[in-house]
Amino acid sequence: MIRFEKRPQPSQMFSIATPLLAVVTTMFFGGLLFAVLGKDPVQSIVTIFWEPLFGEFAFYYRPQLLIKGAPLVLIAIGLALGFKAGIWNIGAEGQYIMGAIFGAGVGLAFYPTESVFIFPLMILAGAFGGWLWATIPAVLKIKFGTNEILVSLMLVYVAEQFLASMSLGLLKNPEGFGFPGSRNLQQYDSAHNADIIAGSGMHWGVVAALIAVIFAYVLLARHSLGFAIRVTGEAPRAARFGGVNPSRLILFCLGVSGMLAGLAGMFEVAGPAGQITIDFNVGYGFTAIIVAFLGRLHPIGIMLAGLLMALTYIGGDIAQSQLQLPAAAIQVFQGMLLFFLLAFDLLTNYRVRIGSNEVAT
Amino acid sequence: MPLAGANTYGEVHMKFTKLMTGAALALGLATAAVAEDKTKVGFVFVGPVGDGGWTYEHNKGRLAVEEAFGDKVETVFVESVAEGPDSERVMTEMALNGADLIFTTSFGYMDPTINVAAKFPNVKFEHATGYKQADNVSVYSARFYEGRAIQGHIAGKMTKSNIVGYIASFPIPEVIRGINSAYIHAKKVNPDVEFKIIWAYTWFDPAKEADAAKVLIEQGADVVLQHTDSTAPQAAAQDAGNVITFGQASDMGQYGPLPRVSSIIDDWAPYYIARTQAVMDGTWTSTSTWDGIGAGMVGIGEISDAVPADVKAEALALKASLADGSYHAFTGPLNKADGSAWLAAGETANDGDLAGMGFYVEGITAEIPK
Repeated sequence: MIRFEKRPQPSQMFSIATPLLAVVTTMFFGGLLFAVLGKDPVQSIVTIFWEPLFGEFAFYYRPQLLIKGAPLVLIAIGLALGFKAGIWNIGAEGQYIMGAIFGAGVGLAFYPTESVFIFPLMILAGAFGGWLWATIPAVLKIKFGTNEILVSLMLVYVAEQFLASMSLGLLKNPEGFGFPGSRNLQQYDSAHNADIIAGSGMHWGVVAALIAVIFAYVLLARHSLGFAIRVTGEAPRAARFGGVNPSRLILFCLGVSGMLAGLAGMFEVAGPAGQITIDFNVGYGFTAIIVAFLGRLHPIGIMLAGLLMALTYIGGDIAQSQLQLPAAAIQVFQGMLLFFLLAFDLLTNYRVRIGSNEVAT
Repeated sequence: MPLAGANTYGEVHMKFTKLMTGAALALGLATAAVAEDKTKVGFVFVGPVGDGGWTYEHNKGRLAVEEAFGDKVETVFVESVAEGPDSERVMTEMALNGADLIFTTSFGYMDPTINVAAKFPNVKFEHATGYKQADNVSVYSARFYEGRAIQGHIAGKMTKSNIVGYIASFPIPEVIRGINSAYIHAKKVNPDVEFKIIWAYTWFDPAKEADAAKVLIEQGADVVLQHTDSTAPQAAAQDAGNVITFGQASDMGQYGPLPRVSSIIDDWAPYYIARTQAVMDGTWTSTSTWDGIGAGMVGIGEISDAVPADVKAEALALKASLADGSYHAFTGPLNKADGSAWLAAGETANDGDLAGMGFYVEGITAEIPK
């Protein structure tokens, strides 16, 4: 008979071990899934995890890890601050879109002027766009007690419609023969978020993600605001008695997460993506929620989790191409990762007892 | 001063590109030596191969290439690839792994295709529905509007309410061209016909498409044309009864003989086989292809028995005249919706006007959304 017994304190060891355990278990069951699909399980797993890092063309894939991982980390850091305080921003995807539109909009407004001031202005505009979109649910929550989960999520769909409108209207490339989509910012030097060292994948968004990790780490570990966030999440009543202003905290957490998501969108549209298009957003805002939890809401953990997610995307595409694994199987594989993480989370708070110490009747 | 900086980056980037290209070239030679007799063809798909529409038909083209060349060819594909940097990575992966020819099958892959093609001058690229060419990038698309002409003819003849519903995807030239072509030919056989257009702002969303179909039917439409890829409007029409529809992108024959009375089928197989052959023969050059019914790129699905025999005969005659080029779907006299003259009597539209079409023809009362 197996029983679960609540630990007096969450286990330190398991809070670090569960993500690793989840990855290993995912590899095992993922391999099983691939085997059922008639593919060599070992080869599949090796292709996903080894090829991008140490394979023949790692020189190309490693920089891609940064490109794919940076927006995930940047968004997840912001989300984690809120999640720690029990403030649930589910609409980072919308804030990401608005950041991209604001950032690209400012850049395109200056086209074709070349100036060093354009890119910094775009960064400010991108951060503002994301902040604005996240502040709507914050204000509604403070003033009317609305649920920020619903409002922020609904605003994603509003942002998507706005994106379509921008791609077809205001920001449409006037030299694009009537096709949707803006000019390509990669071909506009002043607005291009190029690799800082060519081919390294290290664009300004990667730098911003690293700064955000450090900033969040210091905030949570050393700053009184970080303390307020943690206390609010763990004991809301105690926090209130302790003088934490919940309204200010809501504005801060949603505002910062929106700002970081907006920055991620802006760096993406000015760099790797290049254009505002109808399908510009590819789900980074939602995937970042997984990344935040996979990283235990801890800045360093999030950085590693972001890189791991990026690895499964890149490796997944390689496996599709070389082994002809279906895209859906890769998505199931990624889903397993979160599933097992949540499942093993049980071990952090509970210990497993085998056998029964109750008296049998 | 910023320019100087940009230049340095540019130079470094150039060097890196050369380096990468060098590596790729060396690699290309190496793989060529190993698998000399096999031509490797890559396909980048925007949806899942089982979408029943756009990607499904492109994948059928891929399978036709495999069947035509057997052992002499190896095909690889990646499905559900997001437009933007993800597609660029997937194309690069294919090129690094020795693909000789890569088909990128969505408009949004245009700039990524150009970017990757610049790094791999020895790999040939084929981009669907775009307009940017390079020495190693061809573009291809189909004249779907020819099929729309036939649909318009059947719709005009068969509608009793004189209201034709149209589920449009995005207000881009291709979709507007389709609406105009259908309208012109419906109007020709039925001067009282009226078009009601709903913009779904999606290529594939069964729930939205079903809603759009229901709204159109409630507004009295007894013909529903769709420029979206799911079968949901077919199902909605079937439930409503007394409504006819046309399959889009693929035949959707399972909804025949009613409501689906015919269809436009994208048939990429002949083109994919011809282009693969050209790479094998070393005769591949960068081209811009825009083929219609004549070349077999646009197929017209079986016209069902629900269509009266005389209408069917007329539709087939129209198809034949479009195929042999004796008739152009946009033949004057035609005015634009704002009343200005477009084509004089007997004049046909040039490809430039058609490619960038951003206006309705006279008679359509709706506005193109901005």
